[in-house]
Amino acid sequence: MEQTRIELLKKLTEARGISGHEDEVAIILRTELEEHVDRFERDAIKNLFALKGMDKPGPSVMLNAHMDEVGLYVIHITKEGYLRIGKAGGIDDRLLLGKKVLVGNDRLPGVTAIKAVHLSTHEEIENTVVKVDDIVVDVGAKSDKELAGKVAIGDQITFDTAFGTFGEGYLVGKAFDDRVGCAVVVELLKMDWPFPVIGMFSTQEEVGTKGARVGAWRYTPSISITVEGTIAADIGEVKDYQEVTNLGAGTVLTIKDGGMITDHRLRNQLIEVAKANGLPWQFKRMPAGGTDARSIQLAKTGVRALAVAVPARYIHSPVSLIKFCDYENTVSLLSKFLAQLATMEA
Amino acid sequence: MNELLRTLTQTWGPTSYEEGIRGVITHELDSLHMDSRVDTLGNLIYCIPAPGKPKLLLSAHMDQIGIIVTHIDKDGFLRFGAVGGLDPYKVLGHRFVFANGTVGVAAVESKEHKTLEHLTLDKLFLDIGAASKDDALLHVAVGDFAVYAGDCVQVGNRVTSAALDDRIGCYVLIEALKAASGKELNYETYAMFSVQEEIGIKGAKVGAWGVQPDLAIALDVTAWGDTPESYVLDIGLGKGPAIKVKDAGMVATPVVRDLLIETARKHDIPFQLEVLQGGTTDAAAIQTNATGVPTGVISIPDRYVHSASEMVDLGDVEGCIKLLVAVLLK
Repeated sequence: MEQTRIELLKKLTEARGISGHEDEVAIILRTELEEHVDRFERDAIKNLFALKGMDKPGPSVMLNAHMDEVGLYVIHITKEGYLRIGKAGGIDDRLLLGKKVLVGNDRLPGVTAIKAVHLSTHEEIENTVVKVDDIVVDVGAKSDKELAGKVAIGDQITFDTAFGTFGEGYLVGKAFDDRVGCAVVVELLKMDWPFPVIGMFSTQEEVGTKGARVGAWRYTPSISITVEGTIAADIGEVKDYQEVTNLGAGTVLTIKDGGMITDHRLRNQLIEVAKANGLPWQFKRMPAGGTDARSIQLAKTGVRALAVAVPARYIHSPVSLIKFCDYENTVSLLSKFLAQLATMEA
Repeated sequence: MNELLRTLTQTWGPTSYEEGIRGVITHELDSLHMDSRVDTLGNLIYCIPAPGKPKLLLSAHMDQIGIIVTHIDKDGFLRFGAVGGLDPYKVLGHRFVFANGTVGVAAVESKEHKTLEHLTLDKLFLDIGAASKDDALLHVAVGDFAVYAGDCVQVGNRVTSAALDDRIGCYVLIEALKAASGKELNYETYAMFSVQEEIGIKGAKVGAWGVQPDLAIALDVTAWGDTPESYVLDIGLGKGPAIKVKDAGMVATPVVRDLLIETARKHDIPFQLEVLQGGTTDAAAIQTNATGVPTGVISIPDRYVHSASEMVDLGDVEGCIKLLVAVLLK
C-alpha cells in the first residue's frame, strides 16, 4: 500500500502542467481511476471530472484538487537561440537562477542562465535580485532558426525536479501544490460511497481559481472539500507565530484564508471525527492565500465548502518537501469523515 | 437612545458568525409576517410578493469586521489576523471582545514601534489578561473570532459605535420594511440581510443568484470628507442620504441612480452624490449576477468607518429610510 501510494505521488509530481497545460496530469489521473469511477468528463476549461454514483440519493459531495503547478512559459526566442520567460503563478524571482528546466511538451532540457560569478561585480552579487525579465533559458541552441518546430511562444517550462524520499519519512519533489491533493482525492475516489461523488480535478488554480469557478457551476454540490498542499513555514528564521503550519503535525484545516471562511459546522464535524479516531490535525494559522474552495463556495446559491491540506515546505519553488505521514493521515481523516457524512444530520 | 439601533450595533457578529444578528432581525420583523428563508451561506431573505411586478432586491449586510486568533504564545499573548479591512493604527489601543465575552486589548511590540509609521498588523498582539498560555487557553483558542468592543452612544444628533458598518444599513432596511408593511408596493420586494460582505461580498453573490432580481438597491455606509484636514470626498454628515455614482467596485447603473435622485427630489429629501475612491458594497456583486442587474446604492455617510467608534447622523438615517420607502410605495 505505502509503496503504491508513493509511486502515485512520484508519477503525479513528475508530471508537467503549468496553468493551461494540465493534460499530462489529467491522463495520469484518468488511468489511475479508470476502474473506480462511473465516468469522466472534461469541460471547456479542461477540468477533469471523475463522477461516481451520481444517481445515488443524498447530498452530493465534491472532492477537489487542482492539476496545475506554478512554472514558467516562453514569451520570446532571441536571434541567438535563448528563451525569454514569463511566470505562470506566484514564484519568487530569487528562486529562478541556476535551475534545470524542461521546455515544451517534448521536454527539451534547458537551464536558467546567469552570468558566471567570476564576471559579476560585488554589488551585483550582494545587493541585487535578478528579475524574471533578465533571466533567459539556455537550451543549447545557436540561433532561433535552430529552434523552429521545437519551441514556440507560449510553451510551458517546468522545473526538472526528480521525486525522491529522504530522512525519516520525508518526500521531496516539485508541485506538491497541488499534486498531493490530487493523490488524496484519487485515494478517496477509489473507495465506495453511498452518496453522489464529484471528483473535480481543476485547471488554472494558480492564476486565480479559474477552473473551479466554472467547474462548480457545471456540477454544484451540497458539500465540497478542496484538498491542497499548503505552506509550512516551520523553519529556522521564521517566528513561531508566523509558521502557518508544521510538517508532521497532521492535516491542515483552514478556518479563514485570504479568500474565504470555511463552513464552521462542517469543519467542527471534521474535527470531531479526527478526535474520535485519534488522527492529528492543525489549523492553518495565517489568514492568507486562497484555494479553489473560494470559488466553489460561491457557485449558484452557495456551497458548504471546506479547505483542507497536507502541509508542505517551500511550495511555489522548484523543490518542496512533505511528510508521508501527513499524507496518510489526510487520506484516513477524510475517508472517515465521508463515512460519517452519510449518517450525519443534514 | 434608539434601543433597536443599540441592539443592532452591540450584537456580536463578525463575518461568518451572523447567527446572533440574524436572530435580532428576525425577532424585530416577526410581527410583519413576511415570508422568509435562510440560504446556504446564511443570508436572511424576506419576500413581499407582487406577482407580475419587477423583482427588486434590497440588501444590507449583517456582518462586521473583526480579528481571528492565529497564535497564542507561552506568556498568553495572542497574535491575530484581520477579518475584513483593518488598519493597524485604528486597531492599536482598542478593545476586542470574543463570542464568550472575553475582552482583550490590542497592543504593540513597543521596542520598535514608538510611532505609527510602518506599523503592520503582525506587530500587534492582544492582551486578554492571561498569566500564561494555559491560562489563555481557558478563554480562547486559535481560530476564535473577536470584534471591536465599542459602545453605542448618542452625541448631539449623531450616534457613535462600532459596527455601524453595516448595522445602520440593516436598521434602515428594517424601518423601511415596517413603514411599507401592508401597503401597495411598486415591486415584488426581496429584502436581504446578507452575510460575509466584509471579506469579499460572498453572501450577496449567492443571494442574488437565488433571487434573480430585475433591479437592486444596496444599503451600506460610505466614507466622509468633512473633518479637519480630511482627504477629498464630497460627503458630509447631516447632508442627507448619499446616492452612489461610483465606488472602487462599481459604477451604479444610471437608471437606478436616477430613480433615486428623482425620488429624492420629488419628496424633498436632501441628498448628496457619492463618488467613493476606495471600498465597495453588496451592490457590486449583485450588479453582475447572471446576465446583469441594474443596481444602485443608498449610502449612509459614516465617519471613521472600520474603527471602534464610527459615527452617523440620525437625520441622514431618517433621510435614507424616507428615500427607500418612497421608492417602494406606489
